[in-house]
Amino acid sequence: MGLELYLDLLCQPCRAVYIFAKKIGVPFELRTVEVLKGQHNSDDFAQVNPLRKVPALKDGDFTLAESVAILLYLSRKYEAPDHWYPQDLEACARVDEYLAWQHTALRSSCSLVMWQKMMLPVFLGERVPPETLASTLAELDRCLQLLEDKFLKDDNFLTGPCISVADLVAITELMHPVSAGCHVFKTRPKLAAWRQRVEAAVGEDLFQEAHEVVMKAKDLPPVDTAMKDKLKPLVQVLL
Amino acid sequence: MGLELYLDLLSQPCRAVYIFAKKNGIPFELRTVELLKGQHVSKGFLPANSPQKVPVLKDGDFVLHQSVAILIYLSCKYQTADHWYPPDLQARARVHEYLGWHADFIRGTFGVCLWTKVLAPLIGVQVPEEKVKRNRAAVDRALQLLEDQFLGDKAFLTSQRVTLADLMALEELMQVVALGQDVFESRPRLAAWRGRVEAVLGADLCQETHSPILNILEQVANKQLPPPPPEAHQSMLLRISRIP
Repeated sequence: MGLELYLDLLCQPCRAVYIFAKKIGVPFELRTVEVLKGQHNSDDFAQVNPLRKVPALKDGDFTLAESVAILLYLSRKYEAPDHWYPQDLEACARVDEYLAWQHTALRSSCSLVMWQKMMLPVFLGERVPPETLASTLAELDRCLQLLEDKFLKDDNFLTGPCISVADLVAITELMHPVSAGCHVFKTRPKLAAWRQRVEAAVGEDLFQEAHEVVMKAKDLPPVDTAMKDKLKPLVQVLL
Repeated sequence: MGLELYLDLLSQPCRAVYIFAKKNGIPFELRTVELLKGQHVSKGFLPANSPQKVPVLKDGDFVLHQSVAILIYLSCKYQTADHWYPPDLQARARVHEYLGWHADFIRGTFGVCLWTKVLAPLIGVQVPEEKVKRNRAAVDRALQLLEDQFLGDKAFLTSQRVTLADLMALEELMQVVALGQDVFESRPRLAAWRGRVEAVLGADLCQETHSPILNILEQVANKQLPPPPPEAHQSMLLRISRIP
Protein backbone atom coordinates (compact mmCIF):
# COMPACT_ATOMS: atom_id res chain seq x y z
CA MET A 1 0.00 0.00 0.00
CA GLY A 2 1.41 3.38 -0.99
CA LEU A 3 0.95 6.73 0.67
CA GLU A 4 -2.57 7.42 1.92
CA LEU A 5 -3.95 10.84 2.80
CA TYR A 6 -7.00 10.95 5.01
CA LEU A 7 -8.74 14.20 4.23
CA ASP A 8 -12.05 16.01 4.46
CA LEU A 9 -11.94 18.80 1.90
CA LEU A 10 -14.46 20.70 3.99
CA CYS A 11 -11.52 21.45 6.35
CA GLN A 12 -8.97 24.12 5.54
CA PRO A 13 -5.82 22.24 6.53
CA CYS A 14 -6.95 19.25 4.45
CA ARG A 15 -7.27 21.45 1.39
CA ALA A 16 -3.74 22.79 1.86
CA VAL A 17 -2.38 19.23 2.05
CA TYR A 18 -4.45 18.12 -0.97
CA ILE A 19 -3.37 21.02 -3.14
CA PHE A 20 0.28 20.61 -2.19
CA ALA A 21 0.35 16.84 -2.70
CA LYS A 22 -1.29 17.18 -6.11
CA LYS A 23 0.84 20.12 -7.13
CA ILE A 24 4.16 18.45 -6.41
CA GLY A 25 2.98 15.17 -7.89
CA VAL A 26 2.89 13.00 -4.77
CA PRO A 27 1.42 9.62 -5.68
CA PHE A 28 -1.25 9.01 -3.05
CA GLU A 29 -4.56 7.33 -2.33
CA LEU A 30 -7.18 9.78 -1.16
CA ARG A 31 -9.16 8.47 1.78
CA THR A 32 -12.11 10.77 2.33
CA VAL A 33 -13.19 11.15 5.95
CA GLU A 34 -16.43 13.09 6.32
CA VAL A 35 -16.28 14.88 9.64
CA LEU A 36 -19.88 16.06 9.49
CA LYS A 37 -20.95 12.43 9.28
CA GLY A 38 -18.78 11.58 12.26
CA GLN A 39 -16.47 9.36 10.20
CA HIS A 40 -13.41 10.68 12.03
CA ASN A 41 -14.70 8.93 15.16
CA SER A 42 -14.54 5.44 13.66
CA ASP A 43 -12.23 2.83 15.16
CA ASP A 44 -10.62 2.30 11.77
CA PHE A 45 -9.64 5.90 11.51
CA ALA A 46 -8.35 5.91 15.09
CA GLN A 47 -5.75 3.39 13.90
CA VAL A 48 -4.44 6.07 11.57
CA ASN A 49 -4.81 8.97 13.97
CA PRO A 50 -5.69 8.19 17.60
CA LEU A 51 -6.49 11.87 18.04
CA ARG A 52 -9.24 11.37 15.43
CA LYS A 53 -8.53 14.48 13.43
CA VAL A 54 -7.93 15.21 9.80
CA PRO A 55 -5.68 15.59 7.92
CA ALA A 56 -3.76 12.39 8.58
CA LEU A 57 -1.13 10.58 6.57
CA LYS A 58 -0.25 6.91 6.40
CA ASP A 59 3.01 5.97 4.71
CA GLY A 60 3.51 2.25 5.19
CA ASP A 61 3.64 1.84 8.95
CA PHE A 62 4.29 5.49 9.55
CA THR A 63 1.25 7.55 10.49
CA LEU A 64 1.32 11.31 10.92
CA ALA A 65 -1.17 13.99 11.96
CA GLU A 66 -1.14 17.81 11.85
CA SER A 67 -1.19 19.64 8.54
CA VAL A 68 2.10 21.51 8.97
CA ALA A 69 3.93 18.30 9.87
CA ILE A 70 2.36 16.58 6.85
CA LEU A 71 3.19 19.41 4.44
CA LEU A 72 6.83 19.51 5.55
CA TYR A 73 7.12 15.71 5.43
CA LEU A 74 5.77 15.60 1.88
CA SER A 75 7.92 18.51 0.82
CA ARG A 76 11.06 16.80 1.95
CA LYS A 77 10.25 13.20 1.04
CA TYR A 78 9.10 14.06 -2.47
CA GLU A 79 11.79 16.70 -2.98
CA ALA A 80 9.47 19.57 -3.72
CA PRO A 81 11.05 22.57 -5.45
CA ASP A 82 12.95 24.62 -2.88
CA HIS A 83 10.62 27.62 -2.85
CA TRP A 84 7.86 25.62 -1.16
CA TYR A 85 9.94 25.25 2.02
CA PRO A 86 13.34 26.85 1.40
CA GLN A 87 16.68 25.54 2.58
CA ASP A 88 17.96 29.07 3.13
CA LEU A 89 18.01 29.80 6.87
CA GLU A 90 16.17 33.13 6.80
CA ALA A 91 13.73 32.23 4.03
CA CYS A 92 12.80 29.05 5.90
CA ALA A 93 12.40 31.00 9.13
CA ARG A 94 9.90 33.28 7.40
CA VAL A 95 7.77 30.30 6.42
CA ASP A 96 8.06 28.81 9.93
CA GLU A 97 7.05 32.17 11.36
CA TYR A 98 3.91 32.31 9.22
CA LEU A 99 2.98 28.68 9.90
CA ALA A 100 3.30 29.29 13.66
CA TRP A 101 1.39 32.58 13.64
CA GLN A 102 -1.55 31.36 11.59
CA HIS A 103 -2.18 28.49 13.95
CA THR A 104 -3.18 30.71 16.80
CA ALA A 105 -4.56 33.61 14.83
CA LEU A 106 -6.03 33.31 11.36
CA ARG A 107 -7.09 29.67 11.64
CA SER A 108 -9.54 30.10 14.51
CA SER A 109 -10.93 33.34 13.10
CA CYS A 110 -11.67 31.79 9.72
CA SER A 111 -13.25 28.69 11.28
CA LEU A 112 -15.42 30.73 13.59
CA VAL A 113 -16.69 32.98 10.78
CA MET A 114 -17.60 30.01 8.64
CA TRP A 115 -19.38 28.22 11.45
CA GLN A 116 -21.13 31.22 12.95
CA LYS A 117 -22.18 32.77 9.66
CA MET A 118 -23.23 29.66 7.89
CA MET A 119 -22.78 26.20 9.32
CA LEU A 120 -24.48 26.78 12.66
CA PRO A 121 -27.61 28.50 11.33
CA VAL A 122 -27.97 26.48 8.12
CA PHE A 123 -26.68 23.08 9.05
CA LEU A 124 -27.46 22.85 12.73
CA GLY A 125 -30.36 25.27 12.99
CA GLU A 126 -28.59 27.11 15.82
CA ARG A 127 -29.17 30.79 16.28
CA VAL A 128 -26.00 32.87 16.48
CA PRO A 129 -26.40 36.16 18.36
CA PRO A 130 -25.57 39.10 16.04
CA GLU A 131 -23.09 40.52 18.59
CA THR A 132 -21.18 37.24 18.59
CA LEU A 133 -20.91 37.21 14.82
CA ALA A 134 -19.96 40.88 14.76
CA SER A 135 -17.16 40.31 17.24
CA THR A 136 -15.89 37.31 15.25
CA LEU A 137 -15.91 39.34 12.02
CA ALA A 138 -13.98 42.12 13.75
CA GLU A 139 -11.37 39.65 14.87
CA LEU A 140 -11.07 38.27 11.34
CA ASP A 141 -10.58 41.79 10.10
CA ARG A 142 -7.75 42.34 12.57
CA CYS A 143 -6.05 39.14 11.42
CA LEU A 144 -6.42 40.11 7.78
CA GLN A 145 -4.85 43.48 8.47
CA LEU A 146 -1.89 41.74 10.10
CA LEU A 147 -1.69 39.34 7.18
CA GLU A 148 -1.37 42.28 4.82
CA ASP A 149 0.88 44.47 6.96
CA LYS A 150 3.22 42.00 8.53
CA PHE A 151 3.40 39.13 6.09
CA LEU A 152 2.41 40.14 2.59
CA LYS A 153 3.65 43.73 2.73
CA ASP A 154 4.81 44.57 -0.82
CA ASP A 155 5.90 41.06 -1.74
CA ASN A 156 4.25 38.80 -4.28
CA PHE A 157 3.73 36.08 -1.72
CA LEU A 158 3.52 35.88 2.06
CA THR A 159 7.12 35.11 2.76
CA GLY A 160 8.83 36.67 -0.24
CA PRO A 161 8.93 36.68 -4.03
CA CYS A 162 7.98 33.00 -4.43
CA ILE A 163 5.03 30.89 -3.36
CA SER A 164 5.59 28.61 -0.35
CA VAL A 165 3.52 26.28 1.82
CA ALA A 166 2.63 29.38 3.85
CA ASP A 167 0.57 30.71 0.95
CA LEU A 168 -1.29 27.41 0.58
CA VAL A 169 -2.12 27.31 4.26
CA ALA A 170 -3.30 30.94 4.13
CA ILE A 171 -5.38 30.75 0.97
CA THR A 172 -7.24 27.65 2.08
CA GLU A 173 -7.98 29.36 5.40
CA LEU A 174 -9.36 32.45 3.67
CA MET A 175 -11.60 30.42 1.41
CA HIS A 176 -13.43 29.28 4.52
CA PRO A 177 -15.14 32.61 5.25
CA VAL A 178 -15.54 33.11 1.49
CA SER A 179 -17.56 29.90 1.28
CA ALA A 180 -19.84 31.32 3.98
CA GLY A 181 -20.48 34.44 1.96
CA CYS A 182 -17.93 36.63 3.71
CA HIS A 183 -16.10 38.25 0.82
CA VAL A 184 -12.78 38.98 2.41
CA PHE A 185 -11.09 39.73 -0.90
CA LYS A 186 -13.62 42.25 -2.20
CA THR A 187 -12.62 44.92 0.28
CA ARG A 188 -8.93 44.16 0.20
CA PRO A 189 -7.38 44.65 -3.25
CA LYS A 190 -3.87 43.75 -2.04
CA LEU A 191 -5.06 40.37 -0.76
CA ALA A 192 -7.20 39.87 -3.87
CA ALA A 193 -4.12 40.35 -6.07
CA TRP A 194 -2.18 37.90 -3.91
CA ARG A 195 -5.01 35.40 -4.23
CA GLN A 196 -4.85 35.63 -8.01
CA ARG A 197 -1.13 34.97 -7.94
CA VAL A 198 -1.55 31.97 -5.65
CA GLU A 199 -4.32 30.52 -7.80
CA ALA A 200 -2.22 31.04 -10.92
CA ALA A 201 0.78 29.36 -9.30
CA VAL A 202 -1.29 26.41 -8.07
CA GLY A 203 -3.36 26.13 -11.25
CA GLU A 204 -7.02 27.17 -11.54
CA ASP A 205 -8.30 23.61 -12.05
CA LEU A 206 -6.57 22.22 -8.98
CA PHE A 207 -7.69 25.19 -6.92
CA GLN A 208 -11.34 24.78 -7.96
CA GLU A 209 -11.20 21.03 -7.41
CA ALA A 210 -9.85 21.42 -3.88
CA HIS A 211 -12.55 23.95 -3.01
CA GLU A 212 -15.54 22.24 -4.58
CA VAL A 213 -16.73 20.67 -1.33
CA VAL A 214 -16.47 23.77 0.84
CA MET A 215 -18.04 26.04 -1.77
CA LYS A 216 -21.07 23.73 -1.77
CA ALA A 217 -21.29 23.67 2.02
CA LYS A 218 -24.06 26.27 2.01
CA ASP A 219 -26.23 23.77 0.12
CA LEU A 220 -25.84 21.05 2.73
CA PRO A 221 -29.17 19.76 4.04
CA PRO A 222 -29.88 20.41 7.71
CA VAL A 223 -28.54 17.64 9.88
CA ASP A 224 -30.79 15.12 11.66
CA THR A 225 -31.39 15.21 15.41
CA ALA A 226 -29.08 12.30 16.21
CA MET A 227 -26.13 13.98 14.50
CA LYS A 228 -27.13 17.30 16.02
CA ASP A 229 -26.75 15.82 19.50
CA LYS A 230 -23.37 14.40 18.62
CA LEU A 231 -22.19 17.77 17.36
CA LYS A 232 -23.52 19.67 20.42
CA PRO A 233 -20.13 19.94 22.20
CA LEU A 234 -18.69 21.38 19.01
CA VAL A 235 -21.47 23.96 18.91
CA GLN A 236 -20.63 25.14 22.41
CA VAL A 237 -17.03 25.71 21.43
CA LEU A 238 -18.02 27.56 18.28
CA LEU A 239 -20.30 30.01 20.03
CA MET B 1 25.49 44.16 17.15
CA GLY B 2 25.19 40.38 17.62
CA LEU B 3 22.11 38.29 18.20
CA GLU B 4 19.46 39.89 20.41
CA LEU B 5 16.59 38.09 22.06
CA TYR B 6 13.67 40.15 23.33
CA LEU B 7 12.12 38.09 26.11
CA ASP B 8 9.89 38.27 29.14
CA LEU B 9 10.51 35.24 31.36
CA LEU B 10 6.91 35.36 32.56
CA SER B 11 5.98 34.14 29.08
CA GLN B 12 6.11 30.43 28.34
CA PRO B 13 7.44 30.64 24.78
CA CYS B 14 10.08 33.17 25.91
CA ARG B 15 11.34 30.72 28.50
CA ALA B 16 11.59 27.95 25.91
CA VAL B 17 13.74 30.22 23.71
CA TYR B 18 15.85 31.40 26.65
CA ILE B 19 16.50 27.94 27.99
CA PHE B 20 17.39 26.61 24.56
CA ALA B 21 19.78 29.44 23.77
CA LYS B 22 21.48 29.21 27.15
CA LYS B 23 21.70 25.42 27.15
CA ASN B 24 23.38 25.47 23.76
CA GLY B 25 25.77 28.26 24.60
CA ILE B 26 24.35 30.52 21.91
CA PRO B 27 25.84 33.98 22.37
CA PHE B 28 23.09 36.58 22.65
CA GLU B 29 22.18 39.88 24.25
CA LEU B 30 19.14 39.49 26.43
CA ARG B 31 16.71 42.37 26.00
CA THR B 32 14.26 42.01 28.83
CA VAL B 33 10.74 43.12 28.06
CA GLU B 34 8.45 43.50 31.03
CA LEU B 35 4.97 43.03 29.70
CA LEU B 36 3.49 43.67 33.14
CA LYS B 37 4.84 47.18 32.97
CA GLY B 38 3.29 47.58 29.55
CA GLN B 39 6.69 47.54 27.93
CA HIS B 40 6.93 46.35 24.40
CA VAL B 41 9.61 45.82 21.86
CA SER B 42 10.61 48.96 20.01
CA LYS B 43 7.89 50.06 17.62
CA GLY B 44 10.19 49.64 14.68
CA PHE B 45 9.87 45.89 14.90
CA LEU B 46 6.18 45.46 15.00
CA PRO B 47 3.21 46.72 13.04
CA ALA B 48 0.87 48.78 15.21
CA ASN B 49 -1.71 46.12 16.00
CA SER B 50 0.52 43.12 16.37
CA PRO B 51 -0.77 41.23 19.38
CA GLN B 52 2.19 39.12 20.14
CA LYS B 53 5.03 41.11 21.50
CA VAL B 54 7.51 38.49 22.58
CA PRO B 55 9.65 36.55 21.98
CA VAL B 56 11.42 38.45 19.22
CA LEU B 57 14.79 37.63 17.69
CA LYS B 58 16.92 40.24 16.02
CA ASP B 59 19.99 39.04 14.15
CA GLY B 60 21.51 42.03 12.42
CA ASP B 61 18.70 43.27 10.16
CA PHE B 62 16.78 40.02 10.38
CA VAL B 63 13.81 40.18 12.78
CA LEU B 64 11.85 37.04 13.62
CA HIS B 65 8.74 36.39 15.71
CA GLN B 66 7.14 33.14 16.91
CA SER B 67 8.97 30.93 19.36
CA VAL B 68 8.87 27.82 17.16
CA ALA B 69 10.39 29.72 14.23
CA ILE B 70 13.03 31.18 16.55
CA LEU B 71 13.92 27.79 18.05
CA ILE B 72 14.28 26.20 14.62
CA TYR B 73 16.33 29.16 13.36
CA LEU B 74 18.69 28.97 16.34
CA SER B 75 19.07 25.21 16.11
CA CYS B 76 19.99 25.45 12.42
CA LYS B 77 22.19 28.54 12.58
CA TYR B 78 24.15 27.41 15.61
CA GLN B 79 24.13 23.75 14.59
CA THR B 80 22.95 22.49 17.93
CA ALA B 81 23.06 18.76 18.70
CA ASP B 82 20.86 16.76 16.33
CA HIS B 83 18.44 15.51 18.92
CA TRP B 84 16.90 18.96 19.49
CA TYR B 85 15.52 19.14 15.94
CA PRO B 86 16.34 15.76 14.39
CA PRO B 87 17.41 15.65 10.76
CA ASP B 88 15.71 12.27 10.20
CA LEU B 89 12.53 12.72 8.13
CA GLN B 90 10.17 10.87 10.43
CA ALA B 91 11.71 12.05 13.69
CA ARG B 92 11.46 15.67 12.55
CA ALA B 93 7.88 15.10 11.43
CA ARG B 94 7.04 13.91 14.95
CA VAL B 95 8.37 17.19 16.39
CA HIS B 96 6.21 19.20 14.00
CA GLU B 97 3.25 16.96 14.73
CA TYR B 98 3.59 17.66 18.44
CA LEU B 99 4.05 21.39 17.88
CA GLY B 100 0.91 21.50 15.70
CA TRP B 101 -1.18 19.83 18.38
CA HIS B 102 0.47 22.00 21.06
CA ALA B 103 -0.57 25.17 19.21
CA ASP B 104 -4.23 24.08 19.36
CA PHE B 105 -4.51 22.44 22.75
CA ILE B 106 -1.76 23.73 24.99
CA ARG B 107 -0.82 27.21 23.84
CA GLY B 108 -3.44 29.67 24.97
CA THR B 109 -5.13 27.19 27.28
CA PHE B 110 -2.21 26.92 29.67
CA GLY B 111 -1.66 30.65 29.66
CA VAL B 112 -5.12 31.51 30.97
CA CYS B 113 -4.19 31.02 34.64
CA LEU B 114 -1.78 33.97 34.61
CA TRP B 115 -4.61 36.11 33.34
CA THR B 116 -7.21 34.89 35.79
CA LYS B 117 -5.00 34.98 38.86
CA VAL B 118 -2.67 37.90 38.19
CA LEU B 119 -3.19 40.08 35.15
CA ALA B 120 -6.97 40.56 35.14
CA PRO B 121 -7.11 41.39 38.87
CA LEU B 122 -4.32 43.92 38.33
CA ILE B 123 -6.67 45.95 36.18
CA GLY B 124 -9.64 45.28 38.40
CA VAL B 125 -11.23 42.56 36.27
CA GLN B 126 -12.60 39.32 37.63
CA VAL B 127 -12.73 36.46 35.14
CA PRO B 128 -16.04 34.58 35.65
CA GLU B 129 -15.76 31.36 37.65
CA GLU B 130 -17.46 29.46 34.83
CA LYS B 131 -14.56 30.34 32.52
CA VAL B 132 -11.97 29.42 35.13
CA LYS B 133 -13.63 26.01 35.57
CA ARG B 134 -13.85 25.47 31.83
CA ASN B 135 -10.15 26.28 31.53
CA ARG B 136 -9.19 23.83 34.26
CA ALA B 137 -11.14 21.12 32.50
CA ALA B 138 -9.39 21.98 29.21
CA VAL B 139 -6.00 21.84 30.96
CA ASP B 140 -6.85 18.44 32.43
CA ARG B 141 -7.99 17.05 29.11
CA ALA B 142 -4.84 18.33 27.40
CA LEU B 143 -2.62 16.80 30.08
CA GLN B 144 -4.31 13.43 29.62
CA LEU B 145 -3.74 13.59 25.86
CA LEU B 146 -0.16 14.74 26.39
CA GLU B 147 0.50 11.67 28.56
CA ASP B 148 -1.42 9.12 26.54
CA GLN B 149 -0.91 10.19 22.94
CA PHE B 150 2.50 11.80 22.99
CA LEU B 151 4.58 10.68 25.93
CA GLY B 152 3.22 7.13 26.29
CA ASP B 153 6.09 4.90 27.38
CA LYS B 154 8.76 7.00 25.77
CA ALA B 155 11.38 9.00 27.62
CA PHE B 156 10.38 12.22 25.85
CA LEU B 157 7.40 13.49 23.92
CA THR B 158 8.43 12.57 20.41
CA SER B 159 11.29 10.10 20.89
CA GLN B 160 13.79 8.73 23.35
CA ARG B 161 15.78 11.96 23.22
CA VAL B 162 14.76 15.46 24.27
CA THR B 163 13.65 17.81 21.48
CA LEU B 164 12.28 21.33 20.99
CA ALA B 165 8.85 19.82 21.63
CA ASP B 166 9.77 18.98 25.21
CA LEU B 167 10.96 22.52 25.90
CA MET B 168 7.78 24.09 24.59
CA ALA B 169 5.67 21.67 26.64
CA LEU B 170 7.68 22.00 29.83
CA GLU B 171 7.35 25.78 29.91
CA GLU B 172 3.59 25.64 29.42
CA LEU B 173 3.22 23.12 32.24
CA MET B 174 5.47 25.23 34.48
CA GLN B 175 3.11 28.15 33.91
CA VAL B 176 0.20 26.23 35.39
CA VAL B 177 2.36 24.92 38.23
CA ALA B 178 3.58 28.42 39.08
CA LEU B 179 0.01 29.66 39.20
CA GLY B 180 -0.94 27.11 41.80
CA GLN B 181 -2.02 23.92 40.04
CA ASP B 182 0.55 21.17 40.52
CA VAL B 183 -0.09 19.16 37.37
CA PHE B 184 2.71 16.75 38.20
CA GLU B 185 1.42 15.70 41.59
CA SER B 186 -1.17 13.23 40.37
CA ARG B 187 0.64 12.35 37.17
CA PRO B 188 3.78 10.30 37.88
CA ARG B 189 4.55 9.69 34.21
CA LEU B 190 4.59 13.41 33.49
CA ALA B 191 6.55 14.07 36.67
CA ALA B 192 9.19 11.56 35.56
CA TRP B 193 9.31 13.18 32.12
CA ARG B 194 9.77 16.59 33.70
CA GLY B 195 12.62 15.22 35.76
CA ARG B 196 14.31 13.91 32.65
CA VAL B 197 13.94 17.19 30.75
CA GLU B 198 15.29 19.18 33.67
CA ALA B 199 18.18 16.75 34.06
CA VAL B 200 19.18 17.47 30.46
CA LEU B 201 18.88 21.23 30.97
CA GLY B 202 20.55 21.32 34.37
CA ALA B 203 19.13 22.43 37.70
CA ASP B 204 20.81 25.83 37.70
CA LEU B 205 19.50 26.82 34.29
CA CYS B 206 15.99 25.64 35.22
CA GLN B 207 16.11 27.55 38.47
CA GLU B 208 17.27 30.72 36.72
CA THR B 209 14.65 30.47 33.99
CA HIS B 210 11.72 29.48 36.17
CA SER B 211 12.22 31.69 39.19
CA PRO B 212 10.39 34.79 37.86
CA ILE B 213 7.20 32.84 37.14
CA LEU B 214 7.55 30.71 40.28
CA ASN B 215 7.68 33.89 42.35
CA ILE B 216 4.69 35.55 40.75
CA LEU B 217 2.03 34.55 43.28
CA GLU B 218 4.23 35.71 46.14
CA GLN B 219 4.63 39.05 44.42
CA VAL B 220 0.87 39.29 44.06
CA ALA B 221 0.37 38.49 47.74
CA ASN B 222 2.92 41.10 48.75
CA LYS B 223 1.39 43.60 46.36
CA GLN B 224 4.73 43.99 44.65
CA LEU B 225 3.30 44.11 41.15
CA PRO B 226 2.74 47.60 39.80
CA PRO B 227 -0.58 48.13 38.02
CA PRO B 228 -0.10 48.09 34.24
CA PRO B 229 -0.15 51.51 32.61
CA PRO B 230 -3.50 52.70 31.13
CA GLU B 231 -2.30 52.34 27.54
CA ALA B 232 -1.88 48.59 28.11
CA HIS B 233 -5.47 48.14 29.31
CA GLN B 234 -7.17 47.89 25.95
CA SER B 235 -5.07 45.00 24.67
CA MET B 236 -5.31 43.31 28.07
CA LEU B 237 -9.11 43.59 28.06
CA LEU B 238 -9.19 42.16 24.55
CA ARG B 239 -7.10 39.21 25.62
CA ILE B 240 -9.30 38.63 28.68
CA SER B 241 -12.45 38.73 26.54
CA ARG B 242 -11.03 35.93 24.43
CA ILE B 243 -10.88 33.49 27.31
CA PRO B 244 -13.47 30.89 26.34
